[in-house]
This record gives sequence, structure tokens and C-alpha cells, in this order.
Amino acid sequence: MKGHDEMINEMRKIEEKAFIWRQIRSSAMFVVVTLSTMLVIAPLVIMIGYVIVNGLGAIDADFFTGELGSPARAMAGKETGLGHTMIGTFVVDTLALIISAPIGVAAGILLSEYPAHRLNPLLRVMNDTLNGMPAIMKGLLAFALIVRPMGTFSGLSGSVALAIVMIPIAARSAESALSNVPWAIREAGLAIGLPRWRVIMSAVMPAAKNGLVTGFLLAFARAAGEAAPLMFTSFGSNYLPDHWMGFILSPVDTLPQRLYALAVSPYKEWHTMGWGAALVLMVFVAGLFILARILTNKKLQNA
Amino acid sequence: MKKLVFITVGIMPMIASCFQGNSAKDLDSKTTIIGAGASFPAPLITAMADEYRTYTDKKVTVNYQSIGSGGGVRQFVEQTIMFAMSEAYLEDEVLESIETSTGGKAFNIPITLADVVPIYNIPGVDKGLVFNSDVLAGIFLGRIIRWDNPEIKELNPGVDLGPLPITVVHRSDGSGTTNLWTSYLSQVSDEWKDLVGSGTSVRWPVGVGGSGNEGVAGAVMNSPGAIGYTSLSYALLNNMSYGYLVNSSGNVIEPGFESTTEAANIEIPEDTRVLFTNTSSPRGYPVAGFTWILVHENLDKNKAVKSREEAVELIRFLVWAITEGQELAEPLGYARLPETVVKRDIGMIARIKWMGEDIGQQVLDEFELLGNHS
Amino acid sequence: MSDRDFIRAIPVRSGDKLFVRILELLAAVIILLTVGLAIITLHGGIEAFREFGLTGFIGGKIWDPGVSKQFGALPFLVGTAVTSLGALIIAFFPAVATAVFISEYAPEWLAKLVDNLVNLIAAVPSVVIGLWGIFVFVPWMREAVYQPVFNWAMEHYPSLLPLLGNPVGYGLTSATIILALMIIPFIVALTKDAIDQVPVEQREAAYALGATRWEVIRMAVLPYSKGGILAGSILGLGRALGETMAVAMLIGNKNTFPFSLFGPGATIPSVIISEFREAVSSMHLSSLMAIGLLLFVISMLVNMLAAWMGKKVRNERA
Repeated sequence: MKGHDEMINEMRKIEEKAFIWRQIRSSAMFVVVTLSTMLVIAPLVIMIGYVIVNGLGAIDADFFTGELGSPARAMAGKETGLGHTMIGTFVVDTLALIISAPIGVAAGILLSEYPAHRLNPLLRVMNDTLNGMPAIMKGLLAFALIVRPMGTFSGLSGSVALAIVMIPIAARSAESALSNVPWAIREAGLAIGLPRWRVIMSAVMPAAKNGLVTGFLLAFARAAGEAAPLMFTSFGSNYLPDHWMGFILSPVDTLPQRLYALAVSPYKEWHTMGWGAALVLMVFVAGLFILARILTNKKLQNA
Repeated sequence: MKKLVFITVGIMPMIASCFQGNSAKDLDSKTTIIGAGASFPAPLITAMADEYRTYTDKKVTVNYQSIGSGGGVRQFVEQTIMFAMSEAYLEDEVLESIETSTGGKAFNIPITLADVVPIYNIPGVDKGLVFNSDVLAGIFLGRIIRWDNPEIKELNPGVDLGPLPITVVHRSDGSGTTNLWTSYLSQVSDEWKDLVGSGTSVRWPVGVGGSGNEGVAGAVMNSPGAIGYTSLSYALLNNMSYGYLVNSSGNVIEPGFESTTEAANIEIPEDTRVLFTNTSSPRGYPVAGFTWILVHENLDKNKAVKSREEAVELIRFLVWAITEGQELAEPLGYARLPETVVKRDIGMIARIKWMGEDIGQQVLDEFELLGNHS
Repeated sequence: MSDRDFIRAIPVRSGDKLFVRILELLAAVIILLTVGLAIITLHGGIEAFREFGLTGFIGGKIWDPGVSKQFGALPFLVGTAVTSLGALIIAFFPAVATAVFISEYAPEWLAKLVDNLVNLIAAVPSVVIGLWGIFVFVPWMREAVYQPVFNWAMEHYPSLLPLLGNPVGYGLTSATIILALMIIPFIVALTKDAIDQVPVEQREAAYALGATRWEVIRMAVLPYSKGGILAGSILGLGRALGETMAVAMLIGNKNTFPFSLFGPGATIPSVIISEFREAVSSMHLSSLMAIGLLLFVISMLVNMLAAWMGKKVRNERA
């Protein structure tokens, strides 16, 4: 009997010791995980700080309304800015979104709602492959499809190039968002006698709205920062186009392209403007993200 | 179903081609001249464009974007731009094919001069370190690996050079600057010519590649003992220490506008397609070259030029650029064209035609008759 | 009844056929675009393949636009493989840890903040990352890591020096680290989604058995999220394979072997963007396009592998 109790006491002591070790391990992992997260966030914060410090000097009223012109303007302190660039970016990016939205959503619906469709395996592989291609090649594709027949560089070709960048991301996220919608919604729609397409458009899609919006904003953010595909398509410009249609039909300036050209020029004033452009671009994209999150949260509250 | 898809996707370019580029024709008297090419001269031509816009009361806008010399040449051949700028002249084969397709030549018209200087970061040593061709070739071949090498010391008797290892930095992206630098090295060193050759991209025996001028400058500025090369304007405007070179006549030449312009002061063929690195000009800087504007002889055959008005405006800009426009060069860090070259340019411009009409001549007459605008 | 049977049982009503046709049409655009891209690279690259032969080009070690005009793709294939896989390996643990932090450890307000910040990384333009890399990251790496290690090796193990390479800063290591940073958001996002899907019952069961916080995560949550972790990794790998600007600006572009740890290297996208703008000779251009085609094939193979692995994981779950 005594031996039995001793054994139980010993086992209890071992268990307690082991438990303490397990607790220590758990706390240690907490520290490791937290440190890892800080390691991941730190470069971003440093980067943002760097862009702000270098770009803030360029921000003034002229920056948003002026045209670029020549470096002599900046060096002499005369009016110079990237107003034409910002409008150009907005036009090209919005058009790209309009072009890519139907295609991305359609692919997402096909992959998610019709899982047995024969096109799907091919679609998935092709979509992901397209995603992995360097953006400059997408620019070349847009060059062959739009610039050559049109005979000129244009905002339209830039939009097509960016759409080609956006579509694979949008399709992937749309599929993901739609498949997260619970089956009950589809069953309910079918139960009240709606045709399948109606179920998808009127029940499933609205339910997935948050995910869809976030997905598109992610795709938009990615495309908004691409410079390479615009080299041979929208081309760039130092002035406003001659008339408003020119933003689509003739060469147009965009922020990512312009910021690179400015930052690598020999002129310090242009360096500052380049970083200013980077700052504006990042604020633009961050703003979109915040907008996406607000929309998402609002919907969740209403649901 | 597949047919439907193909038709739809095929329609996209067809619809696009309905919107033929809308430059000058429909717009009352406003013209946009589109050009593209090398990055090195971009700031100068952009300044010229700005000045010219004011000069023409905003009627003529020159839109130049840097997509690289190679990119410029290709777009020139594709006829999506009205003129290109290149730091290398067009090769014979390209000229031949253009002659076949357009019935006329493509002119290489020098518009400014490019120069490349060695930049370095040696603590305690300012600008003005003297290099000669053997030393430079030795460094870039990896034969000379420390700054206190006797060959370098011999050229710089008063300078305190310690046993600091040399780190070579070169351009990783294709560039006209590399083209000039390597063609100089090819001319002064047979070993270099056989091993590495010259071009916008080469197979560097040693060193690290930085992307763009800023990549090279960044690496040099952060690494004691580093040596690289950039354009003179970049080095000047960013307060970098650059070296002086001994040219083929044995003179120590300080890189600058005068010595660059001097370098071109030699016999220039009529079509100006010549490299004058390692120039024979006694006071000339040995690593310099032309930057050319490429333009078709028969402008009507260039699809990017949509009307006679556009062609005339293009020529007017060209003539202005090689005369009054040169005033803008030096404040921005570029050397002026010497008179001999301007004469050659005028000779070529005079031959530009529109549908057989000698519009080049007409514009030149305009300028000579009217004299200079204020 | 499995999902497939359920779907087959749905009656086809009016408008359904047309709807599906429209979807097919739009989705087919993606396939056509991809095929179009392949055609363009093939058309451009055929000259190079004819000149050097398929195996000759793929296995060719020399890339020399200057003298011998020989073009071989092997250095770039190796560089791409090293940087992409290396980035994935470096990014994997921090990314999963961050996802765990967001989903399991952090209070609500902090979780949202960190989540947004991580997504913001994905949104920074590649060009900005490259410029920041040139002016901030690389000099820092040089001061803090490369130069000290190089000096230490010079004193104690000079035989290591060729392996270490030039400590200027531009090189494979710097580029790989930056790539890792760029792909973290994808892994985090999809892992976090998967973790959030883990049913409460799984966690409760683990706690009921007396598991510590960490053990719950390790035993109940993470195995369940395998699918998301895998999907995120594949997405990240895809981004790493195709990333152009940031890599081109930081990798030092050495187009020939041997590579070293700190020293410069090259990847397929970096050489394409570096030399494309200036390439005039048709063989040079053709070789660049041919390399682009090789990347296309690699990307397709990787994605086919991913699809297969994804199916396996999904079947395991079911």
C-alpha cells in the first residue's frame, strides 16, 4: 500500500513538473510569435517613415495642380507638379477596374458555384500562371493587342495592361469569397423556386459582398503600383493631354511610372517630387484599404 | 461557343483601331510630337520641350519619355513614335531595312553629347584623381585590386592612397552609359575587347551591378573603396567625387562641358555615325559620344506622323533644338554641340521630305530668313 | 450526399444555360490572355531556341551580349529557384506566426491593426520597395551583416571568402530577404482565413484535455489550417517567381556563374527588365523572350503541382 501511494505521489510530482515546463513552453511561444510579428511589421513602418520624410518636402498646392514640364522648373522653384499624373492614374486605374471586374467575377462564379464544370481545372491553372508572370510581359501583350492596331500609345492600352494584372488576383479572391458563403443560402434560394442563376446573382453574391470588395481592392492596389506594364502602353507625359478624351486615347502619365523616372533622374528636386509621388500613391492605396475595411465591418454589423 | 469567344476577343483590337491616334488632325492648330528613347538625354529634351512650348505659345507640345535606347529604336522601327533618341547610331542592317520599307533613309542627327566619368569613394580623397587607360582597364578587368597599386600612385604623386581594396560597381541594366564606357575600354585595351567587348549590356569580369545611375551611385557612396561610372551631369549634380582621365594625346583632361565638346572636334562623316571615344582631339575628354535623334527621311512614310503640319512642326523643333535649344544644355549638365556638328545636322535636315516636297529645306529657310526669336 | 451530387440534382431552369454561357465567355478571356502571352513569348523566343537548341539554351551557362553573343538560361533558372524558394523558406515561419498572432493572441483592436499593416505591405509599389532597398536596406545590411561577417572570415577562415562573395550589398541574399517580405502578406492572409474557420469545438476539446494555449494551437488549430497555409504559400511563391522591379534593383545582376552568398546574382524577371529596354540585336531580344517563356512553363508547372496538392488536402479534409 505504501508503495502504491509513493508511486502516485511521484507521478503527481512528475506531472506537475511537466505541467510547469509546458506552461513555460506556451509562454515562450507567445514571445516568439509576438517577436516574429514585430519583425514582419517593422520594415513596413520604417519604409513608410522613409517615404514620408523624403516626400513631404514636395507636397504643396502646386504639386496637385501643376504639370511637370522640365527639370529647370523645379530647380528654379517655379510651378511644377503632378496634377496631370494623378488624374491620369485615376483614369487608367478606374478603367482597368471596369474592364477586369466582369471577367474576374465571372471566373470566380464559375470556379466556386459550378465546381464540376469542365473548364475549371484549365481555368485555375491558367489563371494562377498568368498571376505569376512578370508584369512587363503583360504590358507587351497589351502592346500587341491595343497599341499596334491603334497606332499610338494610349491610356486605354495602359488600362488593358493593368486589367491583365488585376484579373488573376480578382478571380482568385472572388472564388474564395464566394465559396465561403454557407450552403444554406443557396438551398434557401432554390427552395423558394428561384432559377440557379438568380440564386447566384441575388443571394450568393450579396452575401459575399465583403470578400468580393476586399478582393477587388487588393487587386486594384497591386495594379496601382505597377510601372513596368505601362512603359509601352500608356507611355507617360509631362503635360496634360490636349483634350479630355486624350486621357484614354493618347499617351497619359501615371504615378508609379513617373515616380521611378523622377527618383532616378540626376536632379535632387525631382528626387523629392518622386518620393512625394510615392507618398501620394501609398496614401491613395492605404485609403482604399481603409475604405474596404469600413465597408466590410459595416456589412457585418448589419448582417 | 469557342467561335463566339474568338470573335469577341478579336473585335477588341478592331474596335481599338477605329480610334486612330487623335493627335493633331481634329484639334485646332495644337500639335503633339511624340518621341522616345534613351534616358540619359531625357532631362535635356524635356527642358527643350518645355521651353519650346512657351516659345510656340503652347501650340506645340513635345512628349518625350525614356524607355531606353533599344526601346526607342524598336518603337522607331514600329513607327509608333515620330522620333527616337539613341546613344548608339543605327546599324547598317537596320538602316537598310528602313530604306526598303520607307524608300528613304533614317537620319542620325546628333542633338547633344554624352560623357561618362569614373566615380569613386576613397575616404580622404576628393575629386580629381587621375586615371589613365591602362589603369582603368586594369581595375575593371580585376587586375588592379587595391588603391595603393603603384600604377595609380604614379599618376597621383601627391595623394595619400592606402591599401584599400577596390570594389567595382557597374550598371546592371542595359544603358548607353555602359555602351560608351565599354567602347572606350575596348578601344584602349585589347584584352578588354577580346574578353568583354562593348555594348549596352556586357559580361563584366568583376564587380557588382547597380540598377540605374542611382543604383551605381548608391553602391559607390556606401562602400569605401568602390569605383563606378556615371554620366558627368549625374556626378556633378549629386556632388560625387569623379576622376580625371589621360587622353590619347597624353593630356590629363578634367571632365567638363568644354572637354566634352572638344572631343567631338574631329573629322565627322556626313551621316555623323561615328564613335569618338578615345578621341584624337588633343584637349578632348576621352569618354564622350553623340546622342542622336533618329528621324525618317520620308516623314510621310512614318505612320506616327499623321499630317504635313505635324511633319513641319517636328522639323521646326529639330532646327530649334540644335540652335537655340542648345542654350539649355549647360545649366542642366549637358555639353553643347560644336559648330561642325551643327552644320552636319543642318545638312541632313535639309533632306527631309513630305511626299517628295522638301519641307526640310523650307523650314531651314524660315529660320535663316527670320533670324532668331528672342 | 456530396456537394457534387447535390449540384447535379439542381434542375436547370430558363436563363440558366445563357448565364453559364456568359460566364464561360468571360472566363475564357483569362485562358485566351494566358495563351496569348505564351504565343507572344514563343514567337519572340523561337529564334533563340533555334540557334542554341532547347537543351543548349536551358543548360547554357554563359550570357554574353557583348563578345561571343552566346545566351544561356541556366544562371537565371538557378537564381530564380534560389530566390523564390529561399524567400518562401524565410517568410514561412514569420508569416504563419503573424497569422497565429492575429487570430489567437492579439486583442481585437491590435489584431485589426496588425492585419491592416500586413496587407499594406502587399500594396507598396515594387518600385518604392526597390528604392528603399537601395538607399536604406542594402547599406544597413552591409554595415550590420555583410561587412562584419566578411571581416571575420578574412581573419579566421579566408577559405570561406569565395563562398561569401562581395559584401557591397546588392546580391542574392538581399534580394531574397526583400522578396520574403513581399510575399508574407499572402501567406498571412490565407493562413489567417483558414485559422478563423477552425470550429470552436476543436479548440474546446483540446482545452478540455488540459492542453496549454500553445498546445491547442499546435495540435488542434494548425493541422486544420493546412489547406490555407498551403494555398497562401503557393500564392506567395507565384508572386516571388514573377517579381520584377524590386529584385532587379537589389540583386546586382551578375549574369554568369559562380554565385556566392552575399554576392550578386540574377533571376529571370530581373534580367528581362534590365536588358529589355536597351536590347537591339534580335538574338538578344529573342533570348530574353525565350527566358520569359521558360518562366511561363515553370510557373505553370508550379501551379499544377499546387492544384494537385490542394486537391489532396481537400480530400483529406472531406
